[in-house]
This record gives sequence, structure tokens and C-alpha cells, in this order.
Amino acid sequence: MAEVKGILGRKLGMTQVFDDMGRALPVTVLQAGPCRITQIKSKETDGYAAVQLSFGTAKRPNKPAAGHFAKAGVEPGRHVVELRLSNLDGRELGTEIKADLFEAGERVDVVGVTKGKGFAGGMKRHNFSGLSRTHGTQAKHRSPGSIGACATPSRVFRGTRMAGQMGHVRVTTLNLEVVKADPERNLLLVKGAVPGPKGGLVMVRSAIRLRQRERI
Amino acid sequence: MNPTDVVERPYLRTDLADFRAGDRIKVHVRVVEGERERVQIFEGIVIRRRGSRLSETFTVRKVSFGVGVERTFPVHSPMIAKIDIAAHGDVRRAKLYYLRQRVGKKAKVKERRQA
Repeated sequence: MAEVKGILGRKLGMTQVFDDMGRALPVTVLQAGPCRITQIKSKETDGYAAVQLSFGTAKRPNKPAAGHFAKAGVEPGRHVVELRLSNLDGRELGTEIKADLFEAGERVDVVGVTKGKGFAGGMKRHNFSGLSRTHGTQAKHRSPGSIGACATPSRVFRGTRMAGQMGHVRVTTLNLEVVKADPERNLLLVKGAVPGPKGGLVMVRSAIRLRQRERI
Repeated sequence: MNPTDVVERPYLRTDLADFRAGDRIKVHVRVVEGERERVQIFEGIVIRRRGSRLSETFTVRKVSFGVGVERTFPVHSPMIAKIDIAAHGDVRRAKLYYLRQRVGKKAKVKERRQA
């Protein structure tokens, strides 16, 4: 079984392309890489195995960051993300990772931070129905309604869905198909939608659920 | 320019005839049946063009055995072999949905005189 692969990138937007059957596929265009391996964490020294990837260029790296990148012999990156691995064979410090890491047909997971919606009410956040438009409802049209019973239990259960912060959370979309990889332009086309706004940072890695299924 | 334009460009088709709503066109559609591939013609009046760039589509309406049939194609679809313009229509709007309510002679579109 091949080792987990991962690359950092940026979401550029969605469009569609035609496959060889003439069908239109919805795709998300990602600018994937180039990334550098800036640190290799091993079980002996760090307690777990992982590689640290950096993406983009830092405009003004501070002294500690500059030193960290200098140690790997690469230019200072703007984003740094770790990718957990089970073994570190063949991973070398300073290696550049490009979009040719993946090929068409492969399955990947895409990790991103969703668009923030701010403090949202029950209707927007949990698809509640709200109260009636008419029939004498007064200034409660978008309220969540009842949040529990009365004297028993005389409290609100933990986890009851209510208004609150919506969005701006880390979300992983699983098992997206790679439609095309274009290492010359650092582009990766994946089928379907991906969390986050245009320009948002995303991590693309080999599909994890498929690997778990293989193991059983 | 959108960053996705780079991806779309190789798929855009410039070889097809330019047409608009109201035109009577023949769409030569590639039909794949197992191994074989043949071309089927769908002839009718264009009742709309919508969208932009690669996702632009158009809808062709025809009346077949008394039943209205509409087919929507992506403008840049590789399944379109050719488009022939049978007649230019003279219409005053971009979306000809009113044709759906009309039958017989009233469902006709005036032909545009070439200047």
C-alpha cells in the first residue's frame, strides 16, 4: 500500500470540464504547491512520525522562523502544516513537492476552513423551520421554538442546537476524484466542491477512508 | 481574468456557428451506442441561451408528433458534431418561453430578413 501523500494549496474556484464521454464534470481548481518539506518528525525525537510542509512565501519571516527554514535549506514559507505518516521512508528534508504528486483518477481528501457565517440563528445554522409567518406570530418568526421541557428536567440539555457561530471551522471533504493534475501550472482539478473561500488554504492528501477500508 | 479561465480555455469551441434565440437550428449530436458512434440530428427553435464561458447552455424546442420536446445542450459540449442554422428568427426577447403556451401557426417564429 502506498504511503499517504499530501500537498498544500489554494482554492482558485469552480468550473466544469468535459470528460471523454462528453459529460460535464463539476470541478474545483486548486493551485497545489510547490511545497517544501521543512521538518521531518520521527518517533524517536518527537514521539510521532510526520512531515512538515510549507507553502507560499513569507514576506518578512521573524528570526525563529527564518532559522527553521534555513535549517531545511528552503525559502521561508507562509503556511506550515504537518502531515502524519506511519513510516518516513524516502522522505527527505528540503524536497520540493509539486502537483504531479497525484494523477488523474486517484481519490483524495481535501481539508480546508469553511467560510465564516458569523453568529447565525437556528434557521440558518441548523435548518430549523422557524415559526409561522402569520396566525398571530409576533416578532418570533425566526426563533427556534421550544428548547426543552419545563420543571423536569428544569435545565437545557447539553448539545441542544441553538444559535451561535457558524462556519470558519476545519472541514474535510472525503474521497474526491482527481480529474487532472497539471504540474507545469501547479494546478490540480478535483471533482466536486471543497471547503473554504476562493483563495483559501487547503490541504490535499490521499483518501484516508479508502485506506482504512483496505486494511480490514 | 478568472484564475479558472486557464483550465477552461482548451475546452472552449470556436468552430461552431453563432446563433441566438429564435433561430431554427439543426444540432448534430454524437450518439455512442456501445462501440459504434453515429450522428443524430435534433432540429428545432432555440428558445434560450444562458450562462457564460464554458458553462453556457442553449435549449432547442421542437414539436414531435404533437408533443413538445426540449433539449438542453452545453454550447461547448464535445458531443455536438456540428450546428447548422436553418433560419434566422426575428424575435424581440432573449427567452422564448411563450412558445410553450402556443400551438400550431401561433407557435411560429418570424424569419429575419438579412439586411
